[in-house]
Amino acid sequence: MTRQPYDGVVLAAPVTIPYTRYSTETAHWWIARALRAALKTADLSPKSLDGLSVASFTLFPDTPVGLTQHLGLSPRWLDSVPMGGASGVVALRRAARAVQAGDAHIVACVAGDTNHIDSFRRLLSSFSRFAMDAGYPYGYGGPNANFALLTDRYMQEYGATREDFGRICVAQRDNALRNPHAVMKKPLTLEQYLSARPISDPIALFDCVMPVAGSEAYLVMREEDAQRRSLPYARICSTIERHNAHTADPIQLRGGWTVDIDELWEMAGCTPADIDLLQTYDDYPVISAMQIEDLGFCPKGEAPQFIRDHDLTIAGDFPHNTSGGQLSAGQAGAAGGFIGLVEAIRQVTGTAGPTQVAGAKRAAVAGFGMINYDRGLCSAAAIIEGQGA
Amino acid sequence: MTTPLTPPPRKDPLKRTVSPTQPPGIRSRAAHGLTAAAAEGRFALQTCAECGTVQYPPRDACCNCLSVDLPWRDVSPAGTLLAETTVQTSVRLYFRERTPWRVGSVQLDAGPVVICHVHGDVVPNARVHLRNLLDRSGQGVILALPEERTDHMADDPELRAMSSDPHLRRVLITDGRHPFAPDLAAALKAAGATMVFAGEPETWLPNPNRAALEAAGAEILPLDVTDTKSVERMAGEIGGKADILINTARFLRPGGVLARGGTDVARDEMNVNYLGLMRLAQAFGPAMCGRTADGVNSAVAWVNILSVYARTNTPAYGCFNASQAAALSLAQSMRAEFRASGLRVMNVYTGPTEEDWYQPLPPPKVTGTALARSVISGLQQGLEDVWCGDVAKDFNERFRKDPKVLEIELGQEGGE
Repeated sequence: MTRQPYDGVVLAAPVTIPYTRYSTETAHWWIARALRAALKTADLSPKSLDGLSVASFTLFPDTPVGLTQHLGLSPRWLDSVPMGGASGVVALRRAARAVQAGDAHIVACVAGDTNHIDSFRRLLSSFSRFAMDAGYPYGYGGPNANFALLTDRYMQEYGATREDFGRICVAQRDNALRNPHAVMKKPLTLEQYLSARPISDPIALFDCVMPVAGSEAYLVMREEDAQRRSLPYARICSTIERHNAHTADPIQLRGGWTVDIDELWEMAGCTPADIDLLQTYDDYPVISAMQIEDLGFCPKGEAPQFIRDHDLTIAGDFPHNTSGGQLSAGQAGAAGGFIGLVEAIRQVTGTAGPTQVAGAKRAAVAGFGMINYDRGLCSAAAIIEGQGA
Repeated sequence: MTTPLTPPPRKDPLKRTVSPTQPPGIRSRAAHGLTAAAAEGRFALQTCAECGTVQYPPRDACCNCLSVDLPWRDVSPAGTLLAETTVQTSVRLYFRERTPWRVGSVQLDAGPVVICHVHGDVVPNARVHLRNLLDRSGQGVILALPEERTDHMADDPELRAMSSDPHLRRVLITDGRHPFAPDLAAALKAAGATMVFAGEPETWLPNPNRAALEAAGAEILPLDVTDTKSVERMAGEIGGKADILINTARFLRPGGVLARGGTDVARDEMNVNYLGLMRLAQAFGPAMCGRTADGVNSAVAWVNILSVYARTNTPAYGCFNASQAAALSLAQSMRAEFRASGLRVMNVYTGPTEEDWYQPLPPPKVTGTALARSVISGLQQGLEDVWCGDVAKDFNERFRKDPKVLEIELGQEGGE
């Protein structure tokens, strides 16, 4: 059975609440601000919102259920998406089907987390049972050490160099310099990247994201509703989602995208060549390289050469992570799973402002999340399309 | 190449002693199987009883067939290093104080991939031999070692952090009158201990071990575990430099309940074997627990030599065994209490030993050199439980199979 298209459902009202390095506020506060901004854009009152999807790590002891009372909402459709870096695309998939089936009229998808001093260390210390049993006791390097292992293996296997990963980071910093809300505001050179403080070899300082507080949101609604409200919107061409793929791979050199990639392009009715910009999940540059391969922009193992051959900046021939991504704009917890998608909605609706890619109409967005033990378990991707600028 | 450890300089009394910190010690219930195997130095992983899948990390169901019958079985510790990293910074104090720290990903021949500590002499992509060791939180962790022995291998900082190696450490043998004390002292010296102290109760009586202890290089000091003042005095004198304490103090007489008239002998047994241990623990425990991060010669282990019949009694030495059971129970409490500091309690269980008081029992019996060998290798491997000699090993196997059957069998042995 072929999957139904997402006809008649669109994405609108992309919102990013500017991130801060640390915040004394709570996740509730950050989520409320993003939600309010999205509803305001669409001229909706909180009381009339009938669908809500929430992604957050720091709501504890509350859940999205508690959040409805906290924020005075009364949705008839409520979702919690605990999928970290894949939460943006996964929230979209579920919300789109709910709107399509009429279970909800409009769904607000929102992600947000706070970052108190020491809260990252605490979040880390209770992330998963496998991490507790078989990860933390080994040097307690956190995700840095896990991704260092993957990076080491990827370099051995495909001949990637630190310069290759550096090119991704440097290009994203260039993009971030155009984004007034990016946490990183200083230019980054390849020399600075290469000589940065080692964190967990071969990972150094600029391979790592900066944990921040922040939130992101967008709305999912019927196309006619978006038109009626005069909202710029993006159509959903196709999506995929996969968890715990390739269990026999001894170490992660590919993600779950490879399982579903043919379906992604088939359903979208286009090819990688038709894509105007790519938003990868960039918790570490090796994962972005992996996505460039696994989404079909180049064959497996050739991302290093692809990166050498292309300009990944906003004005370049392969615009990538145009807002600066998490590497330069910061990782706001679960909002890190939304940053690429929200920026992509802005891009294809011509509302990205200073980071706008000229003539951008079609974007590919990928999500990746949840290092349960030795690898990221969730992968997701979406192709979206708008009228452009 | 491992850089050999050098003897530490004399301690500067004005300098603050580094407070002990621990690696993460919280585990799920399933993961305790790894720790239980590490306590005895076995490399075991969860193995599905139905489909045979070997899995790691530990789970509550088989990741191949969803069976919940998941016994821990010894598996081949051979594997290949796939990838590695050296952690340069950590938010966990224990590792932050010990970086750089090498970690790797190893494909085991037995199936699963494990993220583990990596010995400094392992070269990239090498074949490795994994060991399941207790870390300083008392939990089982996996360390990858080179397949072949390398020079000064035991001095590797990661391996040293897991072991209780006597090399360059100072050891107190609490009772130098124990018939095996000279063998222990000699073996400790041979294993690189910088100092061996041997306690001597009732110094006015001749000590037949004196010459042998002195020949082994031990320093003899007055120490009587039945005298609180004596224990406290000695703790005040050498408590700050006892890195390993081996309790050999023991009062041994044959006989079960009916073979004895009254409780006087039992009182002596309890006074030495149980209360003596408690006096030592109260006097030496705090100082040792405070010195577990004190550099090359940090405090590492507390060793109890116990009769294996502490676990299940046998009437020929029934009353003595009861005092051993009390000591074992106390040792378990000490182990839990010391755990927060990283000081390890190692129990060495022996069958009957080759000495006067066991003269009526048939062989095999444990000799002094055999006991010394078990103690040294247990310390070097950082174990918690050591089964010394054939009788103790046989006992352990039978105990594992069915403790009640063992009790019945041992009860009948007294009739010989």
